[in-house]
Amino acid sequence: MADLTTNFAGVRSPNPFWLASAPPTNSAYQINKAFEYGWGGAVWKTIGDPVLNVCNRYGAFEYGGKRLVAINNVELISDRPIEVNLKEIREVKRLWPDRAVIVSAMVSSNEQAWKTVVQQIEDTGADAIELNYGCPHGMSERGMGAAVGQVPEYCEMITAWVTSAASIPVIVKLTPNVTNIIPPAHAALNAGADGISLINTINSIAGVDLDSFEIRPNVGGKGSHGGYAGPAVRPIALHLLSQITSDPTYQARPVPISGMGGVETWRDAAEFMLLGATSIQVCTAVMHYGFRIVHELTTGLSNWLDEKGARQAEEVVGASVERISVFGDFDLSFRTVATIDESKCIQCNLCYVACDEGAHQCIDLTADGLRIDPDTYEGGTTLQPVVREDDCVGCDLCSLVCPVDGCITMVERPPKIPPVTWNELVRTRPEVTTDWDAMVAYREEVGIEIH
Amino acid sequence: MREHELTLAQLQDSFTETYPRYTPNEATVEANRCLYCFDAPCIQACPTGIDVPTFIRQIANGNLLGAATTILESNLIGHSCGRVCPVDELCVGACVLGAEHRPIAIGRLQRYATDHVFETGARVFEPAPDSGKRVAIVGAGPAGLSAAGELAKRGVRATVFERQELPGGLSTYGIVVMREPTRVALEEVEFIQSLGVEVVTGVEVGVDVSPQELIEGYDAVLLAAGTGPVPRLNVPGEELEGVIDALPFIAATKLADKDGVERLREIPVGDEVIVVGAGNTAVDAATVAKRLGAERVTMLYRRSRAEMTAYDFEVAFVRNEGVDIRLLTQPVEILGDEHGRVTGVRCVRMRLGEPDASGRRRPEPVPGSELVLPADQVIKAIGQEKFTALFAAFGIESIGGYVKVDEELRTSHPKVFAAGDCVRLTGHALTVTAAEDGKNAARAIARQLGVEELRRDPSATRGRYMHGTTNDFRSVHG
Repeated sequence: MADLTTNFAGVRSPNPFWLASAPPTNSAYQINKAFEYGWGGAVWKTIGDPVLNVCNRYGAFEYGGKRLVAINNVELISDRPIEVNLKEIREVKRLWPDRAVIVSAMVSSNEQAWKTVVQQIEDTGADAIELNYGCPHGMSERGMGAAVGQVPEYCEMITAWVTSAASIPVIVKLTPNVTNIIPPAHAALNAGADGISLINTINSIAGVDLDSFEIRPNVGGKGSHGGYAGPAVRPIALHLLSQITSDPTYQARPVPISGMGGVETWRDAAEFMLLGATSIQVCTAVMHYGFRIVHELTTGLSNWLDEKGARQAEEVVGASVERISVFGDFDLSFRTVATIDESKCIQCNLCYVACDEGAHQCIDLTADGLRIDPDTYEGGTTLQPVVREDDCVGCDLCSLVCPVDGCITMVERPPKIPPVTWNELVRTRPEVTTDWDAMVAYREEVGIEIH
Repeated sequence: MREHELTLAQLQDSFTETYPRYTPNEATVEANRCLYCFDAPCIQACPTGIDVPTFIRQIANGNLLGAATTILESNLIGHSCGRVCPVDELCVGACVLGAEHRPIAIGRLQRYATDHVFETGARVFEPAPDSGKRVAIVGAGPAGLSAAGELAKRGVRATVFERQELPGGLSTYGIVVMREPTRVALEEVEFIQSLGVEVVTGVEVGVDVSPQELIEGYDAVLLAAGTGPVPRLNVPGEELEGVIDALPFIAATKLADKDGVERLREIPVGDEVIVVGAGNTAVDAATVAKRLGAERVTMLYRRSRAEMTAYDFEVAFVRNEGVDIRLLTQPVEILGDEHGRVTGVRCVRMRLGEPDASGRRRPEPVPGSELVLPADQVIKAIGQEKFTALFAAFGIESIGGYVKVDEELRTSHPKVFAAGDCVRLTGHALTVTAAEDGKNAARAIARQLGVEELRRDPSATRGRYMHGTTNDFRSVHG
């Protein structure tokens, strides 16, 4: 059984799974319960300036009958008095010395306010502070949360106030509501952050009610943007994580990253770890299913690590980062083609219609081995999709829509042209990259045929 | 009088639709399992060619009116068919997910869509301008109603003559309540009427109105009379009290479903019931007898399981009800007491000999194998008589008791067409095949009357399976 213990900038936890700062970490009652279930750590729901909450706070994004593929919220930071929170944090940490107890904070943008809250948090015995620069609603209008995270200068200034005052590790939580995540990440690093966490929630509207025309979540007939989280945001979170972990400045001076954004299963967590996350934070999945999911998270991750021959979770952290590249450096000669295993094919012909109408017209329908036109064919034979391999551009769409496991696979074929990248062409044959005639001539020269 | 009278609540439970309606989320989840196959085999497997993947996608998207429209465009009797179709033999049996997964519950989804529009009263079709043509239809069962509705969609006014008090044919009188509540059958009739169809009940063609009047008074006549009562067993004792015909027995439960569950108590049922026959009607009669409180119900069939026309799922269902099926057993005499009441059935064991004219092995009595089975009620379900006298009155040819028709469902009389069970010489007599017959007959009649064919929405599903359905694809696309 692989060792899941995690050391995040000196903050230790028995496994990498932390509850994210959110409704599940609102109270000692919840966090004690979560730790009994085995959660490795918890980031206390953000404490800070006084707030008042509204109804309704959450809206669901549903897809195909599946509830809560993502959640949108307009809930604010903790609405419990700060003294109550600080007292409970102290109690929890005393009860659970082996767990990571991290406190998220967000106060007005003045140095004294931040230094006060840092002192209050340190006095509880908490292991670390997380700076909430991400909350996209309610607090941002008051100059906090995303209003800070979206301005690298503010981000750096406040982080510096905190790191100069804190003796425990400081984690900066980044907002995804930016066009480029790198400047705020650099700001955090420049100000001496001990760790980075991402992503916070994404600006969103959960939906519009088609009967009442109300915005979801609906607050007394009104709606606004809220924070989007849950499985549907995971690809965005993975991208932003990869941007930081593949950034040369970060790589020169790395700090641990706590990854989050739609983690529901151990598989999701493993993907974040491969892209460089040391710890994993979870919120929506717990809001949906409860704390019990940590059992599957830990056992699944451990089994996978065993299968991969890793003795410690940290061995896989960042293992896929070296594969993060840019389009210009992709090998244009790399070639795959789709192959259909006819013994598995159930003739739903989704691959045919996807390829014929949605992609590159490389799959035929056949009856008794002969290509037919389905619009005019009137025989009774079940139609079998067949790939015209010479025409297949290797886009992968057919295998993505195929509902049968292992029926359509993309198989690598020997390159038809010498290895070359776009960036190399830009350097060696610039005319090819700017002039269509030159491109056509180049294709003829190397033997690229596009049907 | 039996020891334990069933309570009204028990009776109500026993005569309620077996499958409850899907909840919105159940329907959404099931609809989303559908792969939305291109060139989907379920369409081909549907006798009426319903564009199944499209209507399921419409359910998934919350467009229930659209889903019902898709269904009813191909099959005006879709409200019944979603309940009574042997889907495992048809669309569900063809579902590609059946290979490795659980096929889509197409029937239940269909019902979910049609229930919605029938409940909300949403208008599915706009009435067509009157072509001035008039058609008389004999029989308000699925075939007659389907044809009447299809004619109405083309602006041809149909008048449907029904000898029973209620319209709907077997949907109203013959399909057990557990599969189709009476309300559903009557809703379907109202829907057909809403298209501009006139339904006249309690009028028997050949008795109250002559075939000649119809032929002369209308531009065309469609015979969709179905089949008649169960024939005689032709064994001694058949006139004894307690020997009944399966069809009115089942019909009584359908009427009770309409008039109030307490009416079920008025239906005489024995303690020891013997059902003679092993087809769909026999299965239904046995189920009804059991659910009305019979202690023991035994079906008798003179051939073996292989020759039974009931579907596997029906046999499994009736066995699960606690009904015993005695194969290779033929009744030779019904026994009675001094009051003329049934006391039992004398039977003889059979064995299968050489194939007969139908290709099935002919059952032969085993000498000396007679036995007596006790019974206080005997239900006859050995097929249905044909309306050969009616056919003769119309002056049309018939074959083996069925109306002789050509490919266009035209009889030997140029103005008379026929559809439904009365032409069903071979194959299963299903509601859905009757519906398809009615549709095809309407199309043929309209063509004969020079009425323009409906045009198909060019954005609707294309492909070989859509050819020849209500709206001919090729009429638009050459």
